[in-house]
Amino acid sequence: MAEAIWIQVNGEQRGCRADATVGDLLRELAIKTERVAVELNLEIMDRKDFDHRSLKQGDRVEILSFIGGGASADVQGKGRGFVHAE
Amino acid sequence: MQNDRLIIAGRELTSRLWVGTGKYKDFTETKKAIEASGADVVTVAVRRVNITDRSKENLLDYLDPKKYTILPNTAGCYNVEDAVRYARLARAAGVSDLIKLEVLGDERTLFPDTVGLLEAAKILVKEGFIVLPYTNDDPIVAQKLVDIGCPAVMPLAAPIGSGLGIRNPYNLKIIMEMVRVPIIVDAGVGTASDAALAMELGADAVLMNTAIAGAQDPIAMAEAMKYAVYAGRLAYKAGRIPRKLYATASSPIEGML
Repeated sequence: MAEAIWIQVNGEQRGCRADATVGDLLRELAIKTERVAVELNLEIMDRKDFDHRSLKQGDRVEILSFIGGGASADVQGKGRGFVHAE
Repeated sequence: MQNDRLIIAGRELTSRLWVGTGKYKDFTETKKAIEASGADVVTVAVRRVNITDRSKENLLDYLDPKKYTILPNTAGCYNVEDAVRYARLARAAGVSDLIKLEVLGDERTLFPDTVGLLEAAKILVKEGFIVLPYTNDDPIVAQKLVDIGCPAVMPLAAPIGSGLGIRNPYNLKIIMEMVRVPIIVDAGVGTASDAALAMELGADAVLMNTAIAGAQDPIAMAEAMKYAVYAGRLAYKAGRIPRKLYATASSPIEGML
């Protein structure tokens, strides 16, 4: 059993295996890799690197996808606090 | 009207009504409203995936990207850095290089920050994005956006979600005459006549969300908007009569008793 590390995923702390890749994380979260964007420590990742990039202690991962939206006031949910309240 | 196609950056679009996908009750209603509107361009926003509740469905499971041109936006971005970041994320999420660029200046009006908009557009055009900017009804800014390389401009009719209709038809008309790219009137439409007026003025398309999603019957309103945009376009192409102060009889006087 590999050692565990702490990472941050979409703003939340999360433990994961020390040898896990970004691809492993997405699979664990049951997120299909098509139509998502992954930002690792503020760098947008190339999809083909998901299975090659191992996660490191303290990594900050953002996983984003498309949601319903027209313009700013139309967006459902609060996102990262940018969204204007209706 | 069969050959009346709208072409933006080499993409041929069949519908002149573009719709947003926000504010609907659920994805089924979203899908039905879009179908009723006949739109083939739909806007979406980019947000964090909900990692705690994976039962939530994905919008794109309901909107086939083969059937619709998916236009991601940078909604909610109040500075150049955020707008550029969201645009890059949208491209990484893998639909296309298209981006509806919004850089907002103020939370209460959601008016565009046109200084930031020009700056962000410059960066994104250089990176190969097809930038469709949400802008004010300012002809000079519209022209500057075109000079930067935007293949269309999207001036507002009124503040986003306000339903106030076209507040400044004369400015929009000037933009349409001045700027040699398609003009998509974006935001502020309230009902079908607003959409028809935008098209009668000479807009190449109209983009709306709240006017449909917020209506009591969104699906019926989506259909109304389809006909409004179509009628407005036909009227524009047909060429309206000039406005005159006094009457002109339409029945002949000849043959009267």
